[in-house]
Amino acid sequence: MNEDSQLLPDDEAELHAYVDGRLDAAQRRSVEHRLAHDADAAERVRAWKQQRHALRTLHPEMLLEPVPAHLLQAALQLHERSSRFAQWQRWGGMAAAVLLAFGLGWGGNMQYQGMRARSAVTPAVLSFANQAVKAHAVYLPEVRHPVEVEAAQQQHLVQWLSKRLNRQLKVPNLSPAGYELVGGRLLPGDAGARAQFMYQNAAGERVTLYVGAVESPSAKGMDETSFRFTTEGGIASFYWVDQGFGYALAGKLPRQGLLVLAESVYKQL
Amino acid sequence: MVSPSASNSLVGHIPDLRRYARSLTGDTWAADDLVQDTLERACERWQLWAAGSDLRAWLFTLMHNLFVDTARRAIRQQAGQRVDVDDVAHELQSPAGVPDQAMDLQRCLLRLPPEQREVLLLVTLQDLGYEEAARITGVPIGTVMSRLSRARARLRDLMDGRASAAAPASPALRRLK
Repeated sequence: MNEDSQLLPDDEAELHAYVDGRLDAAQRRSVEHRLAHDADAAERVRAWKQQRHALRTLHPEMLLEPVPAHLLQAALQLHERSSRFAQWQRWGGMAAAVLLAFGLGWGGNMQYQGMRARSAVTPAVLSFANQAVKAHAVYLPEVRHPVEVEAAQQQHLVQWLSKRLNRQLKVPNLSPAGYELVGGRLLPGDAGARAQFMYQNAAGERVTLYVGAVESPSAKGMDETSFRFTTEGGIASFYWVDQGFGYALAGKLPRQGLLVLAESVYKQL
Repeated sequence: MVSPSASNSLVGHIPDLRRYARSLTGDTWAADDLVQDTLERACERWQLWAAGSDLRAWLFTLMHNLFVDTARRAIRQQAGQRVDVDDVAHELQSPAGVPDQAMDLQRCLLRLPPEQREVLLLVTLQDLGYEEAARITGVPIGTVMSRLSRARARLRDLMDGRASAAAPASPALRRLK
C-alpha cells in the first residue's frame, strides 16, 4: 500500500482545491490563468468538476424519504443517554440542542403537535396560507426575476426584509436537503409586509418560504397554531403560526418530502 | 457556548448519514445497518464526545471507524473466496427509477478501494474540507490529498470504460490492505 505516503505535488493539490471550491479569489484566478495555458490540466479539471457534480447529486431520495423507525429508535436511545448526561452539565450547549431537535423532529410525523398549542385556525391564518400558495404560484415559473435580492447578498437581504417586516428574520439553510437559497422578495399582505424566500435544488425544483405577521382576532387571541398541511392546485404547503408570526413552506413536492423541509425550517427559526 | 442550531440536531443528521452510507456501501440495507451501528456506538460513547464540538463530524468519525472494521472483516472472510464486484453487480442494482448514469456511477464507486471511496465522498457528496476529512478518517492531510487524487483518476477511468479493460478481474473487495 504505501502509495498514500507519496505526497501530491502542490500544483496538483491546487487543482483539486480549485474543483472543490477551497481556494480564495486570488488563488482561483491564478489557477484559471494556468488552465488557460495547460490544456491537459484544463481537461482534468473539467472531468473532475463533472464527476463532483454527479457525486453531489447521488441518491437525493435519501434526503427526502422518511427516516426508518428503527433508526429513530436508535436516535431516541442516544437522546435519552445524552439528556441524562446533559443534566449534569446543566443543559450545557449541544445536548440541549439535541433534545430540542429531537422533540421537534421525532417521528417525522408531527408528534410534537401535542406539545404545541392546538388552536382553531382563524380566517386570518387561512388567508395567510392562501396568500403563501398564490405567491408561490406567481414566482415559481419566473426565470429572469424569481427574486428581488439574490442569495449572494444574503446579509443585505435579511437586513432589508427584517426592517420591512419589523422583526429579526432568519433565513433557514436547506442545503443539507439539496435546496440552495435563490434569494427573497417583499410582498404585501393583510397585516402589512410579507417576505418570500425562494430555494432551488439541482434539478431546478423550487420551494418558497413565506413569512409575515398574522392578525390576531382578539387581544389575547390564538397567536400559535400547530403544523398544518394544505394542497391547492398541485402546490403543497405546510404552514404554522408562532408568536403571531406566520410561516408557510410551499412546493410541488410529495407531502413527506415537504414535511422534511418544513421541519428543518421550523428547527432553525 | 454553542447555541442550539439545526447543524447540531441529531435527527436532522440521519438523512445525511444515510445518503453517505448508501453511496459508500452501494446497498440500502447495508447503509441502514451502518447508520444504526453508528447511532448505537454514539450511545455507548456519549461521554467521550466533547459537548459543544461538531456533532456531525463526530458521527461521521464513528461511521468511518465502523466502516473500516466491516471492510477489514469482509476481506478476511473473502480471503478464500474472492468476489468480483462485476459478478455481484446484479445485487448492486439500484431500484427502478434511478437514472442509468447514477447507477453506473454507484457501480464504479464500489470498484474504488474503500479508503479512496470514503475520502472522495466526504469531499464531494458531503462537501467537507480536506482537514475535516483528515480528522474523520484519522490520517494526515497529505494522505487525504493523495487518496482523493487517486480516487478521481480511477473513477474517471472506470466511468470512461478504460479501467475495465486494463484490470478485467480486479477484485474490489480485496483492495483494502
